[in-house]
Amino acid sequence: MAVSVDSQFVHKMWDENELSKMVEGGIPFPMIADAAGHLGQAYGVYDAEAGVDVRGRFIIDPDGVIQAMEVLTPPVGRRVDETIRQIQAFQHVRETDGAEVTPSGWEPGKKVLKPGPDLVGRVWEVWSPADE
Amino acid sequence: MAESSIGCARPTGSVVGESPEVSEEASVERAEQSAGKERAMGTIMVGRKAPDFTAPAYHAGEFKQVKLSDYLGSWVVLCFYPGDFTFV
Repeated sequence: MAVSVDSQFVHKMWDENELSKMVEGGIPFPMIADAAGHLGQAYGVYDAEAGVDVRGRFIIDPDGVIQAMEVLTPPVGRRVDETIRQIQAFQHVRETDGAEVTPSGWEPGKKVLKPGPDLVGRVWEVWSPADE
Repeated sequence: MAESSIGCARPTGSVVGESPEVSEEASVERAEQSAGKERAMGTIMVGRKAPDFTAPAYHAGEFKQVKLSDYLGSWVVLCFYPGDFTFV
C-alpha cells in the first residue's frame, strides 16, 4: 500500500488521470491519506520542514513485524524487483523457520546457507561471490 | 475495509490508540507528547512490530478506512512517497 500526505480525493484523481495510463486498471492497492503526517512520524519518514513523507519503504511480515526498510530522499525512485527479491528471501527464511538463510544477491533457486557450528569460517567452501 | 462516507472534512490517518483531532486546550499537552513521540520514533527498527494505524484511503474506485492490523497474516509493503502528481 502507498502513503502520502495527499488526500484520498487527490489519490483518486491521480489514479484516474495519470497512473491508470501507466498501469492497466489503475493502482491495485490502497492509496492512503496521511494529511497530518501522523503515519510518517510513526515510521520516522515525515519531513516536518517540507511537510511531506519521504520515500520510505517497509516490508512487514504476516506477524506485523518490520523485516526490511529503505529510505530515500525524494529525487531518486525505488527499484521494485529488489523489493520483490527481498520479500521472496524473507519468505524462504520464514518457511524454513530460519534453518536456511539467503546470502548476498540470493534469488529463488539459488544456493542458501545453513548456519551452524560447522559453517563457521567455511562459508568460502560452499559459497562465493560468483554464486550471486 | 468498510467503505467510508464522504464529507467536506478532510480526515487524516492516525496511529492506533491516538486521536487525530487536536483541540486548542490539548495542544500544549500535545506538544509535550510529541517530545515523547520523537523518542518513540527511535523504536522503528527491523525485527520490531510495525506501528499499527488507521487511515482513509482510495482503493479500486472506493474510499475506505484502512487498518494495518487487518492485514495480519499477509506480507505488506508499505511505501511512503512525497506527493501525488510529482515526477518520480
